[in-house]
Amino acid sequence: MNAIAQIRRNDQPIYLDYQATTPMDPRVLEAMMPYFTYKFGNPGSRSHSYGWEAEEGVEKARGQVAKLIGADEKEVIFTSGATESNNLAIKGVAEFYKDRRNHIVTTVTEHKCVLDTCRHLEQQGFDVTYLPVQQNGLVDLEVLRAAVTDKTVLVSIMAVNNEIGVIQPLAEIGKICREKGAFFHTDAAQAAGKIALDVEAMHIDLMSISGHKIYGPKGIGALYVRRKPRVRLVAMIVGGGQERGFRSGTLPTPLCVGLGEAAEICLKEMDGEAKRLTKLRDRMLKGLNAKLPEIYVNGDLDQRIPGNLNISFAHVEGESLMMGIKGLSVSSGSACTSASLEPSYVLRALGVEEEMAHTSLRIGLGRFTTEHEVDTAVEELAHHVTKLREMSPLWEMSQEGIDIKSIEWAAH
Amino acid sequence: MAYSEKLLDHYENPRNIGSLDKNAEDVGTGLVGAPACGDVMKLQIRVGADGLIEDAKFKTFGCGSAIASSSLVTEWVKGKTIDEAETIKNTDIARHLALPPVKIHCSVLAEDAIKAAIADYRAKASKKDETQEAAE
Repeated sequence: MNAIAQIRRNDQPIYLDYQATTPMDPRVLEAMMPYFTYKFGNPGSRSHSYGWEAEEGVEKARGQVAKLIGADEKEVIFTSGATESNNLAIKGVAEFYKDRRNHIVTTVTEHKCVLDTCRHLEQQGFDVTYLPVQQNGLVDLEVLRAAVTDKTVLVSIMAVNNEIGVIQPLAEIGKICREKGAFFHTDAAQAAGKIALDVEAMHIDLMSISGHKIYGPKGIGALYVRRKPRVRLVAMIVGGGQERGFRSGTLPTPLCVGLGEAAEICLKEMDGEAKRLTKLRDRMLKGLNAKLPEIYVNGDLDQRIPGNLNISFAHVEGESLMMGIKGLSVSSGSACTSASLEPSYVLRALGVEEEMAHTSLRIGLGRFTTEHEVDTAVEELAHHVTKLREMSPLWEMSQEGIDIKSIEWAAH
Repeated sequence: MAYSEKLLDHYENPRNIGSLDKNAEDVGTGLVGAPACGDVMKLQIRVGADGLIEDAKFKTFGCGSAIASSSLVTEWVKGKTIDEAETIKNTDIARHLALPPVKIHCSVLAEDAIKAAIADYRAKASKKDETQEAAE
Protein backbone atom coordinates (compact mmCIF):
# COMPACT_ATOMS: atom_id res chain seq x y z
CA MET A 1 0.00 0.00 0.00
CA ASN A 2 3.01 2.22 0.42
CA ALA A 3 3.49 2.11 -3.29
CA ILE A 4 -0.06 3.27 -3.93
CA ALA A 5 0.31 6.10 -1.44
CA GLN A 6 3.18 7.41 -3.53
CA ILE A 7 0.94 7.70 -6.55
CA ARG A 8 -1.83 9.77 -5.04
CA ARG A 9 -1.24 13.35 -4.11
CA ASN A 10 -3.88 14.89 -1.93
CA ASP A 11 -3.97 18.25 -3.67
CA GLN A 12 -4.61 16.73 -7.08
CA PRO A 13 -7.96 15.99 -8.71
CA ILE A 14 -9.17 12.39 -8.74
CA TYR A 15 -7.79 10.70 -11.84
CA LEU A 16 -10.57 9.08 -13.86
CA ASP A 17 -8.99 8.99 -17.30
CA TYR A 18 -7.28 5.59 -17.32
CA GLN A 19 -7.95 5.09 -21.05
CA ALA A 20 -5.76 8.13 -21.80
CA THR A 21 -2.86 6.86 -19.77
CA THR A 22 -2.07 5.19 -16.48
CA PRO A 23 0.36 6.05 -13.72
CA MET A 24 3.31 3.71 -13.65
CA ASP A 25 3.07 1.04 -10.99
CA PRO A 26 5.89 1.60 -8.46
CA ARG A 27 6.78 -2.10 -8.79
CA VAL A 28 7.45 -1.42 -12.47
CA LEU A 29 9.68 1.52 -11.68
CA GLU A 30 11.60 -0.58 -9.21
CA ALA A 31 12.30 -3.22 -11.83
CA MET A 32 13.49 -0.56 -14.27
CA MET A 33 15.83 1.36 -11.99
CA PRO A 34 19.01 -0.76 -12.30
CA TYR A 35 18.83 -0.51 -16.09
CA PHE A 36 18.98 3.27 -15.94
CA THR A 37 22.18 3.20 -13.93
CA TYR A 38 24.60 0.34 -13.39
CA LYS A 39 23.01 -2.16 -15.80
CA PHE A 40 23.35 0.34 -18.61
CA GLY A 41 24.80 -1.89 -21.32
CA ASN A 42 23.60 -2.02 -24.90
CA PRO A 43 21.59 -5.21 -25.24
CA GLY A 44 23.14 -5.56 -28.68
CA SER A 45 26.68 -5.72 -27.28
CA ARG A 46 27.78 -9.34 -27.49
CA SER A 47 31.35 -8.95 -26.38
CA HIS A 48 31.05 -8.14 -22.67
CA SER A 49 28.98 -8.64 -19.56
CA TYR A 50 27.35 -5.20 -19.70
CA GLY A 51 25.69 -6.19 -22.96
CA TRP A 52 24.77 -9.68 -21.76
CA GLU A 53 23.19 -8.28 -18.62
CA ALA A 54 21.07 -5.82 -20.61
CA GLU A 55 20.14 -8.50 -23.12
CA GLU A 56 19.03 -10.74 -20.29
CA GLY A 57 16.72 -7.99 -19.03
CA VAL A 58 15.26 -7.37 -22.48
CA GLU A 59 14.70 -11.05 -23.20
CA LYS A 60 13.01 -11.64 -19.87
CA ALA A 61 10.68 -8.76 -20.68
CA ARG A 62 9.96 -10.16 -24.13
CA GLY A 63 8.92 -13.40 -22.48
CA GLN A 64 6.68 -11.57 -19.99
CA VAL A 65 4.89 -9.74 -22.81
CA ALA A 66 4.55 -12.94 -24.83
CA LYS A 67 3.01 -14.76 -21.87
CA LEU A 68 0.35 -12.09 -21.47
CA ILE A 69 -1.03 -12.84 -24.93
CA GLY A 70 -0.25 -16.55 -25.29
CA ALA A 71 2.56 -15.99 -27.77
CA ASP A 72 6.09 -17.27 -28.16
CA GLU A 73 8.74 -14.78 -27.06
CA LYS A 74 10.34 -14.87 -30.50
CA GLU A 75 7.15 -13.37 -31.90
CA VAL A 76 7.30 -10.15 -29.86
CA ILE A 77 9.19 -7.08 -31.04
CA PHE A 78 9.58 -3.86 -29.13
CA THR A 79 8.47 -0.53 -30.60
CA SER A 80 8.02 2.99 -29.30
CA GLY A 81 4.34 2.44 -28.59
CA ALA A 82 1.03 1.30 -30.03
CA THR A 83 0.99 4.03 -32.67
CA GLU A 84 4.24 2.77 -34.12
CA SER A 85 3.08 -0.85 -33.78
CA ASN A 86 -0.11 -0.06 -35.68
CA ASN A 87 1.79 1.80 -38.39
CA LEU A 88 4.32 -1.00 -38.75
CA ALA A 89 1.73 -3.78 -38.80
CA ILE A 90 -0.56 -2.19 -41.35
CA LYS A 91 1.96 -0.49 -43.63
CA GLY A 92 4.44 -3.33 -43.27
CA VAL A 93 2.00 -6.05 -44.31
CA ALA A 94 0.37 -3.95 -47.03
CA GLU A 95 3.73 -3.11 -48.56
CA PHE A 96 5.09 -6.65 -48.44
CA TYR A 97 2.11 -8.39 -50.03
CA LYS A 98 0.97 -5.61 -52.38
CA ASP A 99 1.62 -7.59 -55.55
CA ARG A 100 -0.74 -10.35 -54.46
CA ARG A 101 -3.38 -8.58 -52.40
CA ASN A 102 -4.09 -4.87 -52.02
CA HIS A 103 -7.25 -4.62 -49.94
CA ILE A 104 -7.51 -3.77 -46.23
CA VAL A 105 -10.57 -4.00 -44.02
CA THR A 106 -10.95 -1.94 -40.86
CA THR A 107 -13.72 -0.19 -38.92
CA VAL A 108 -14.80 3.43 -38.57
CA THR A 109 -14.26 3.41 -34.79
CA GLU A 110 -10.56 2.57 -34.86
CA HIS A 111 -8.02 4.79 -33.18
CA LYS A 112 -6.86 7.72 -35.30
CA CYS A 113 -3.44 6.14 -35.88
CA VAL A 114 -5.05 3.15 -37.60
CA LEU A 115 -7.46 5.29 -39.63
CA ASP A 116 -4.74 7.68 -40.65
CA THR A 117 -2.42 4.84 -41.66
CA CYS A 118 -5.21 3.41 -43.81
CA ARG A 119 -5.87 6.80 -45.41
CA HIS A 120 -2.18 7.04 -46.17
CA LEU A 121 -2.27 3.63 -47.87
CA GLU A 122 -5.32 4.65 -49.88
CA GLN A 123 -3.28 7.50 -51.29
CA GLN A 124 -0.67 4.92 -52.29
CA GLY A 125 -3.30 3.04 -54.27
CA PHE A 126 -4.52 0.44 -51.76
CA ASP A 127 -8.23 -0.24 -51.35
CA VAL A 128 -9.59 0.18 -47.84
CA THR A 129 -13.02 -0.79 -46.58
CA TYR A 130 -14.16 1.03 -43.42
CA LEU A 131 -16.81 -1.13 -41.80
CA PRO A 132 -19.61 0.48 -39.82
CA VAL A 133 -20.32 -0.73 -36.29
CA GLN A 134 -23.65 -1.59 -34.71
CA GLN A 135 -25.39 0.64 -32.21
CA ASN A 136 -23.59 -1.15 -29.36
CA GLY A 137 -20.22 -0.40 -30.96
CA LEU A 138 -19.52 -3.97 -32.08
CA VAL A 139 -18.74 -5.03 -35.60
CA ASP A 140 -21.38 -7.15 -37.35
CA LEU A 141 -19.65 -10.43 -38.22
CA GLU A 142 -21.77 -11.04 -41.31
CA VAL A 143 -20.91 -7.58 -42.61
CA LEU A 144 -17.26 -8.36 -41.96
CA ARG A 145 -17.48 -11.72 -43.70
CA ALA A 146 -19.01 -10.09 -46.76
CA ALA A 147 -16.32 -7.42 -46.87
CA VAL A 148 -13.32 -9.77 -46.85
CA THR A 149 -12.43 -10.89 -50.37
CA ASP A 150 -9.63 -12.89 -51.97
CA LYS A 151 -7.90 -9.53 -52.46
CA THR A 152 -7.94 -8.73 -48.74
CA VAL A 153 -4.48 -8.92 -47.24
CA LEU A 154 -5.28 -7.56 -43.78
CA VAL A 155 -8.19 -7.08 -41.44
CA SER A 156 -7.37 -4.55 -38.72
CA ILE A 157 -9.95 -4.35 -35.94
CA MET A 158 -9.21 -3.02 -32.47
CA ALA A 159 -9.69 -5.34 -29.51
CA VAL A 160 -11.15 -2.70 -27.19
CA ASN A 161 -12.31 0.76 -28.16
CA ASN A 162 -10.52 3.62 -26.45
CA GLU A 163 -13.61 5.80 -26.00
CA ILE A 164 -16.40 3.37 -25.18
CA GLY A 165 -14.43 0.35 -23.96
CA VAL A 166 -16.39 -2.22 -25.95
CA ILE A 167 -14.69 -5.56 -26.66
CA GLN A 168 -14.88 -6.82 -30.25
CA PRO A 169 -15.54 -10.52 -30.83
CA LEU A 170 -11.88 -11.28 -31.53
CA ALA A 171 -12.07 -15.08 -31.80
CA GLU A 172 -14.92 -14.88 -34.31
CA ILE A 173 -13.15 -12.20 -36.34
CA GLY A 174 -9.96 -14.28 -36.31
CA LYS A 175 -11.85 -17.30 -37.55
CA ILE A 176 -13.29 -15.40 -40.48
CA CYS A 177 -9.86 -14.01 -41.39
CA ARG A 178 -8.28 -17.45 -41.24
CA GLU A 179 -11.00 -18.92 -43.46
CA LYS A 180 -10.52 -16.17 -46.02
CA GLY A 181 -6.73 -16.19 -45.95
CA ALA A 182 -6.39 -12.62 -44.69
CA PHE A 183 -4.11 -11.63 -41.84
CA PHE A 184 -5.77 -10.39 -38.66
CA HIS A 185 -4.22 -7.42 -36.89
CA THR A 186 -5.70 -6.09 -33.68
CA ASP A 187 -4.84 -2.88 -31.87
CA ALA A 188 -4.88 -4.17 -28.30
CA ALA A 189 -3.61 -1.00 -26.62
CA GLN A 190 -6.76 -0.83 -24.46
CA ALA A 191 -7.23 -4.58 -24.13
CA ALA A 192 -3.91 -6.07 -23.17
CA GLY A 193 -3.61 -6.66 -19.46
CA LYS A 194 -7.31 -6.03 -18.93
CA ILE A 195 -8.98 -8.96 -20.66
CA ALA A 196 -7.65 -12.43 -21.45
CA LEU A 197 -5.99 -12.50 -24.85
CA ASP A 198 -4.73 -15.59 -26.65
CA VAL A 199 -3.24 -15.15 -30.11
CA GLU A 200 -3.64 -18.86 -30.83
CA ALA A 201 -7.25 -19.32 -29.78
CA MET A 202 -8.22 -16.00 -31.38
CA HIS A 203 -6.24 -16.54 -34.60
CA ILE A 204 -4.52 -13.21 -34.24
CA ASP A 205 -1.58 -12.65 -36.60
CA LEU A 206 -0.46 -9.21 -35.43
CA MET A 207 -1.18 -7.40 -32.17
CA SER A 208 -0.22 -3.92 -30.98
CA ILE A 209 0.46 -3.27 -27.31
CA SER A 210 1.19 -0.05 -25.42
CA GLY A 211 3.25 0.27 -22.25
CA HIS A 212 1.65 3.31 -20.69
CA LYS A 213 -1.90 1.92 -20.84
CA ILE A 214 -0.95 -0.98 -18.58
CA TYR A 215 0.86 0.88 -15.76
CA GLY A 216 4.17 0.67 -17.61
CA PRO A 217 6.37 3.44 -18.98
CA LYS A 218 5.53 5.77 -21.85
CA GLY A 219 7.60 5.50 -25.01
CA ILE A 220 7.48 1.71 -25.28
CA GLY A 221 5.13 -0.72 -26.93
CA ALA A 222 5.23 -4.06 -28.63
CA LEU A 223 4.08 -5.73 -31.79
CA TYR A 224 3.27 -9.40 -31.89
CA VAL A 225 4.13 -10.85 -35.31
CA ARG A 226 3.11 -14.46 -35.92
CA ARG A 227 5.83 -16.90 -36.98
CA LYS A 228 3.70 -19.92 -37.89
CA PRO A 229 2.35 -19.36 -40.46
CA ARG A 230 4.86 -16.59 -40.93
CA VAL A 231 3.70 -13.02 -41.35
CA ARG A 232 6.16 -10.85 -43.23
CA LEU A 233 6.58 -7.12 -42.99
CA VAL A 234 8.48 -4.39 -44.71
CA ALA A 235 10.33 -2.50 -41.97
CA MET A 236 9.76 1.23 -41.57
CA ILE A 237 12.88 1.92 -39.55
CA VAL A 238 16.00 0.32 -40.98
CA GLY A 239 19.51 0.22 -39.63
CA GLY A 240 21.28 -2.26 -37.39
CA GLY A 241 18.70 -4.98 -37.98
CA GLN A 242 17.53 -5.31 -34.37
CA GLU A 243 14.19 -6.97 -33.60
CA ARG A 244 14.44 -9.56 -36.41
CA GLY A 245 15.04 -6.71 -38.83
CA PHE A 246 11.50 -5.39 -38.32
CA ARG A 247 12.59 -2.46 -36.21
CA SER A 248 16.15 -1.24 -36.08
CA GLY A 249 17.50 0.89 -33.28
CA THR A 250 19.11 0.18 -29.92
CA LEU A 251 16.47 -1.13 -27.54
CA PRO A 252 15.67 1.12 -24.57
CA THR A 253 16.47 -1.53 -21.96
CA PRO A 254 14.76 0.13 -18.95
CA LEU A 255 11.57 0.71 -20.94
CA CYS A 256 11.52 -2.87 -22.23
CA VAL A 257 12.03 -4.16 -18.69
CA GLY A 258 9.23 -1.88 -17.49
CA LEU A 259 6.81 -3.11 -20.15
CA GLY A 260 7.64 -6.69 -19.26
CA GLU A 261 7.12 -6.15 -15.55
CA ALA A 262 3.86 -4.28 -16.21
CA ALA A 263 2.63 -7.17 -18.36
CA GLU A 264 3.48 -9.72 -15.69
CA ILE A 265 1.67 -7.78 -12.97
CA CYS A 266 -1.41 -7.35 -15.18
CA LEU A 267 -1.54 -11.06 -15.93
CA LYS A 268 -1.09 -12.05 -12.29
CA GLU A 269 -3.76 -9.65 -11.02
CA MET A 270 -6.15 -9.68 -13.97
CA ASP A 271 -9.03 -11.70 -12.51
CA GLY A 272 -9.15 -9.97 -9.15
CA GLU A 273 -8.70 -6.55 -10.68
CA ALA A 274 -11.48 -7.14 -13.20
CA LYS A 275 -13.87 -8.09 -10.40
CA ARG A 276 -12.86 -5.07 -8.32
CA LEU A 277 -13.24 -2.63 -11.20
CA THR A 278 -16.56 -4.09 -12.29
CA LYS A 279 -17.83 -3.52 -8.76
CA LEU A 280 -16.57 0.06 -8.75
CA ARG A 281 -18.05 0.78 -12.17
CA ASP A 282 -21.42 -0.65 -11.18
CA ARG A 283 -21.30 1.43 -8.02
CA MET A 284 -20.64 4.56 -10.02
CA LEU A 285 -23.39 3.92 -12.54
CA LYS A 286 -25.88 3.02 -9.82
CA GLY A 287 -24.97 6.16 -7.90
CA LEU A 288 -25.36 8.39 -10.93
CA ASN A 289 -28.64 6.80 -11.97
CA ALA A 290 -30.02 7.31 -8.47
CA LYS A 291 -29.24 11.02 -8.58
CA LEU A 292 -29.72 11.96 -12.22
CA PRO A 293 -32.50 11.26 -14.69
CA GLU A 294 -31.78 11.02 -18.42
CA ILE A 295 -28.26 9.72 -18.47
CA TYR A 296 -27.28 7.18 -21.10
CA VAL A 297 -24.35 4.79 -21.36
CA ASN A 298 -22.81 4.72 -24.83
CA GLY A 299 -21.68 1.35 -26.14
CA ASP A 300 -22.44 -2.18 -24.99
CA LEU A 301 -22.35 -2.48 -21.21
CA ASP A 302 -21.70 -6.23 -21.10
CA GLN A 303 -19.11 -6.59 -23.85
CA ARG A 304 -16.98 -3.96 -22.22
CA ILE A 305 -13.79 -3.69 -20.17
CA PRO A 306 -14.57 -3.15 -16.50
CA GLY A 307 -12.75 0.19 -16.20
CA ASN A 308 -14.72 2.25 -18.72
CA LEU A 309 -17.92 4.24 -18.71
CA ASN A 310 -18.97 6.61 -21.46
CA ILE A 311 -22.07 8.52 -20.45
CA SER A 312 -24.24 11.12 -22.13
CA PHE A 313 -25.72 13.57 -19.63
CA ALA A 314 -28.65 14.81 -21.72
CA HIS A 315 -28.91 18.60 -22.20
CA VAL A 316 -25.57 19.38 -20.52
CA GLU A 317 -22.66 20.23 -22.78
CA GLY A 318 -19.64 18.06 -21.95
CA GLU A 319 -16.98 20.73 -22.02
CA SER A 320 -18.85 22.97 -19.59
CA LEU A 321 -19.36 19.96 -17.33
CA MET A 322 -15.64 19.20 -17.34
CA MET A 323 -14.95 22.81 -16.45
CA GLY A 324 -17.22 22.45 -13.43
CA ILE A 325 -15.99 19.16 -12.03
CA LYS A 326 -12.65 20.54 -11.00
CA GLY A 327 -12.00 17.75 -8.56
CA LEU A 328 -12.17 15.10 -11.29
CA SER A 329 -9.97 14.43 -14.29
CA VAL A 330 -12.07 12.91 -17.05
CA SER A 331 -12.25 13.47 -20.79
CA SER A 332 -14.88 14.05 -23.41
CA GLY A 333 -13.39 11.56 -25.84
CA SER A 334 -9.92 10.44 -26.70
CA ALA A 335 -7.07 12.61 -25.45
CA CYS A 336 -5.79 12.86 -29.01
CA THR A 337 -8.90 14.62 -30.22
CA SER A 338 -10.04 16.53 -27.15
CA ALA A 339 -8.51 19.75 -28.49
CA SER A 340 -11.03 19.78 -31.33
CA LEU A 341 -14.60 20.93 -30.85
CA GLU A 342 -16.10 18.22 -33.01
CA PRO A 343 -18.15 15.62 -31.18
CA SER A 344 -16.59 12.17 -31.04
CA TYR A 345 -16.54 10.28 -34.35
CA VAL A 346 -16.83 7.06 -32.37
CA LEU A 347 -20.14 8.09 -30.79
CA ARG A 348 -21.39 9.37 -34.16
CA ALA A 349 -20.56 5.95 -35.64
CA LEU A 350 -22.84 4.32 -33.05
CA GLY A 351 -25.65 6.51 -34.30
CA VAL A 352 -25.60 8.74 -31.20
CA GLU A 353 -27.25 12.02 -32.19
CA GLU A 354 -24.86 14.94 -32.47
CA GLU A 355 -26.53 16.83 -29.63
CA MET A 356 -26.19 13.77 -27.39
CA ALA A 357 -22.57 13.28 -28.45
CA HIS A 358 -21.89 16.79 -27.18
CA THR A 359 -23.05 15.77 -23.71
CA SER A 360 -20.81 12.75 -23.20
CA LEU A 361 -17.93 12.12 -20.85
CA ARG A 362 -15.48 9.24 -20.79
CA ILE A 363 -14.82 8.02 -17.27
CA GLY A 364 -11.91 5.62 -16.86
CA LEU A 365 -11.32 3.63 -13.68
CA GLY A 366 -8.13 1.75 -12.94
CA ARG A 367 -5.71 0.09 -10.56
CA PHE A 368 -5.51 2.98 -8.11
CA THR A 369 -9.18 3.99 -8.12
CA THR A 370 -10.86 3.59 -4.74
CA GLU A 371 -14.45 3.27 -3.62
CA HIS A 372 -14.14 6.63 -1.89
CA GLU A 373 -13.02 8.25 -5.13
CA VAL A 374 -15.99 6.76 -6.96
CA ASP A 375 -18.40 8.09 -4.35
CA THR A 376 -16.81 11.54 -4.46
CA ALA A 377 -17.01 11.54 -8.25
CA VAL A 378 -20.71 10.62 -8.18
CA GLU A 379 -21.45 13.49 -5.80
CA GLU A 380 -19.50 16.01 -7.83
CA LEU A 381 -20.94 14.91 -11.17
CA ALA A 382 -24.50 14.92 -9.86
CA HIS A 383 -24.05 18.38 -8.36
CA HIS A 384 -22.70 19.97 -11.53
CA VAL A 385 -25.01 18.20 -13.97
CA THR A 386 -27.98 19.41 -11.92
CA LYS A 387 -26.58 22.95 -11.77
CA LEU A 388 -25.91 23.06 -15.51
CA ARG A 389 -29.29 21.60 -16.34
CA GLU A 390 -30.90 24.42 -14.39
CA MET A 391 -29.26 26.84 -16.79
CA SER A 392 -29.81 24.76 -19.92
CA PRO A 393 -32.53 25.97 -22.31
CA LEU A 394 -32.71 22.44 -23.72
CA TRP A 395 -33.40 20.93 -20.31
CA GLU A 396 -36.11 23.58 -19.77
CA MET A 397 -37.72 22.70 -23.09
CA SER A 398 -37.57 18.99 -22.42
CA GLN A 399 -39.17 19.55 -18.99
CA GLU A 400 -41.93 21.56 -20.70
CA GLY A 401 -42.47 18.67 -23.08
CA ILE A 402 -41.13 20.49 -26.13
CA ASP A 403 -39.47 18.16 -28.63
CA ILE A 404 -36.10 19.70 -29.39
CA LYS A 405 -36.14 18.11 -32.82
CA SER A 406 -39.33 20.00 -33.70
CA ILE A 407 -37.47 23.31 -33.58
CA GLU A 408 -35.79 24.63 -36.69
CA TRP A 409 -32.28 25.35 -35.47
CA ALA A 410 -29.95 27.53 -37.46
CA ALA A 411 -26.73 25.59 -37.85
CA HIS A 412 -23.70 27.75 -37.27
CA MET B 1 -5.86 26.06 -21.95
CA ALA B 2 -6.08 28.67 -19.23
CA TYR B 3 -9.18 30.85 -19.00
CA SER B 4 -9.26 34.41 -17.72
CA GLU B 5 -10.44 35.21 -14.22
CA LYS B 6 -13.40 37.17 -15.58
CA LEU B 7 -14.51 34.22 -17.68
CA LEU B 8 -14.18 31.80 -14.78
CA ASP B 9 -16.11 34.17 -12.53
CA HIS B 10 -19.03 34.33 -14.99
CA TYR B 11 -18.94 30.55 -15.40
CA GLU B 12 -18.80 29.88 -11.65
CA ASN B 13 -21.27 32.59 -10.67
CA PRO B 14 -23.41 33.20 -13.71
CA ARG B 15 -25.55 36.35 -13.47
CA ASN B 16 -29.21 36.47 -14.39
CA ILE B 17 -29.96 32.82 -14.99
CA GLY B 18 -33.61 32.18 -15.56
CA SER B 19 -36.56 32.82 -17.79
CA LEU B 20 -39.05 35.64 -18.36
CA ASP B 21 -42.57 35.07 -19.65
CA LYS B 22 -41.98 34.70 -23.35
CA ASN B 23 -45.58 35.57 -24.10
CA ALA B 24 -45.48 38.91 -22.29
CA GLU B 25 -45.69 41.93 -24.59
CA ASP B 26 -42.74 43.70 -22.97
CA VAL B 27 -40.43 40.66 -23.24
CA GLY B 28 -38.22 39.90 -26.22
CA THR B 29 -36.76 36.39 -26.58
CA GLY B 30 -33.78 35.33 -28.64
CA LEU B 31 -33.02 31.63 -29.13
CA VAL B 32 -29.90 31.03 -31.18
CA GLY B 33 -27.44 28.25 -31.93
CA ALA B 34 -28.18 24.57 -32.42
CA PRO B 35 -27.97 21.53 -30.14
CA ALA B 36 -26.09 19.61 -32.83
CA CYS B 37 -23.37 22.27 -32.80
CA GLY B 38 -23.08 22.09 -29.03
CA ASP B 39 -24.28 25.64 -28.36
CA VAL B 40 -27.77 26.98 -27.67
CA MET B 41 -28.42 30.35 -26.05
CA LYS B 42 -31.73 31.71 -24.89
CA LEU B 43 -31.59 35.38 -23.99
CA GLN B 44 -34.57 37.44 -22.85
CA ILE B 45 -35.03 41.15 -22.17
CA ARG B 46 -37.86 43.04 -20.52
CA VAL B 47 -38.25 46.61 -21.76
CA GLY B 48 -39.81 49.23 -19.51
CA ALA B 49 -42.24 51.98 -20.51
CA ASP B 50 -39.27 54.39 -20.63
CA GLY B 51 -37.62 52.28 -23.35
CA LEU B 52 -34.86 51.01 -21.06
CA ILE B 53 -34.05 47.31 -20.65
CA GLU B 54 -35.01 46.74 -17.04
CA ASP B 55 -34.32 43.01 -16.82
CA ALA B 56 -32.43 40.36 -18.75
CA LYS B 57 -32.26 36.59 -18.25
CA PHE B 58 -30.45 33.77 -19.99
CA LYS B 59 -30.15 30.03 -20.24
CA THR B 60 -27.30 28.46 -22.16
CA PHE B 61 -26.37 24.96 -23.30
CA GLY B 62 -22.75 25.15 -24.26
CA CYS B 63 -19.19 25.31 -23.10
CA GLY B 64 -17.95 27.51 -20.28
CA SER B 65 -17.14 30.33 -22.69
CA ALA B 66 -20.67 30.28 -24.07
CA ILE B 67 -22.12 30.42 -20.57
CA ALA B 68 -19.79 33.28 -19.60
CA SER B 69 -20.52 35.22 -22.82
CA SER B 70 -24.26 35.07 -22.30
CA SER B 71 -23.98 35.88 -18.61
CA LEU B 72 -21.87 38.92 -19.45
CA VAL B 73 -24.27 40.34 -22.04
CA THR B 74 -27.21 40.09 -19.65
CA GLU B 75 -25.21 42.33 -17.33
CA TRP B 76 -24.29 44.73 -20.10
CA VAL B 77 -27.75 45.24 -21.60
CA LYS B 78 -29.51 46.07 -18.33
CA GLY B 79 -30.27 49.79 -18.10
CA LYS B 80 -29.52 50.37 -21.76
CA THR B 81 -32.02 51.35 -24.46
CA ILE B 82 -32.56 48.67 -27.08
CA ASP B 83 -30.75 50.85 -29.62
CA GLU B 84 -27.74 51.00 -27.33
CA ALA B 85 -27.91 47.26 -26.59
CA GLU B 86 -27.93 46.57 -30.30
CA THR B 87 -24.48 48.12 -30.66
CA ILE B 88 -22.82 45.47 -28.45
CA LYS B 89 -20.21 43.75 -30.59
CA ASN B 90 -18.90 40.23 -30.25
CA THR B 91 -15.38 41.62 -30.24
CA ASP B 92 -16.19 43.57 -27.05
CA ILE B 93 -17.37 40.36 -25.38
CA ALA B 94 -14.38 38.38 -26.59
CA ARG B 95 -11.96 41.05 -25.41
CA HIS B 96 -13.60 41.45 -22.01
CA LEU B 97 -13.49 37.70 -21.30
CA ALA B 98 -10.16 37.17 -23.11
CA LEU B 99 -11.68 34.33 -25.11
CA PRO B 100 -9.16 32.03 -26.79
CA PRO B 101 -9.42 31.95 -30.61
CA VAL B 102 -11.32 28.64 -30.72
CA LYS B 103 -14.00 30.20 -28.52
CA ILE B 104 -14.65 33.39 -30.48
CA HIS B 105 -17.83 31.81 -31.90
CA CYS B 106 -19.31 31.91 -28.38
CA SER B 107 -19.14 35.70 -28.38
CA VAL B 108 -20.66 35.80 -31.87
CA LEU B 109 -23.52 33.68 -30.59
CA ALA B 110 -24.06 36.03 -27.64
CA GLU B 111 -24.24 39.02 -30.01
CA ASP B 112 -26.71 37.10 -32.17
CA ALA B 113 -28.78 36.27 -29.07
CA ILE B 114 -29.17 39.87 -27.96
CA LYS B 115 -30.01 40.96 -31.54
CA ALA B 116 -32.60 38.17 -31.82
CA ALA B 117 -34.17 39.19 -28.50
CA ILE B 118 -34.37 42.83 -29.63
CA ALA B 119 -35.86 41.80 -33.00
CA ASP B 120 -38.47 39.71 -31.19
CA TYR B 121 -39.34 42.61 -28.89
CA ARG B 122 -39.66 45.01 -31.84
CA ALA B 123 -41.85 42.58 -33.77
CA LYS B 124 -44.17 42.30 -30.78
CA ALA B 125 -44.23 46.10 -30.32
CA SER B 126 -45.07 46.85 -33.96
CA LYS B 127 -47.74 44.17 -33.95
CA LYS B 128 -49.19 45.79 -30.85
CA ASP B 129 -49.16 49.19 -32.60
CA GLU B 130 -50.94 47.71 -35.60
CA THR B 131 -53.65 46.14 -33.51
CA GLN B 132 -54.09 49.37 -31.57
CA GLU B 133 -54.36 51.33 -34.82
CA ALA B 134 -56.83 48.80 -36.18
CA ALA B 135 -58.88 49.12 -33.00
CA GLU B 136 -58.90 52.90 -33.29
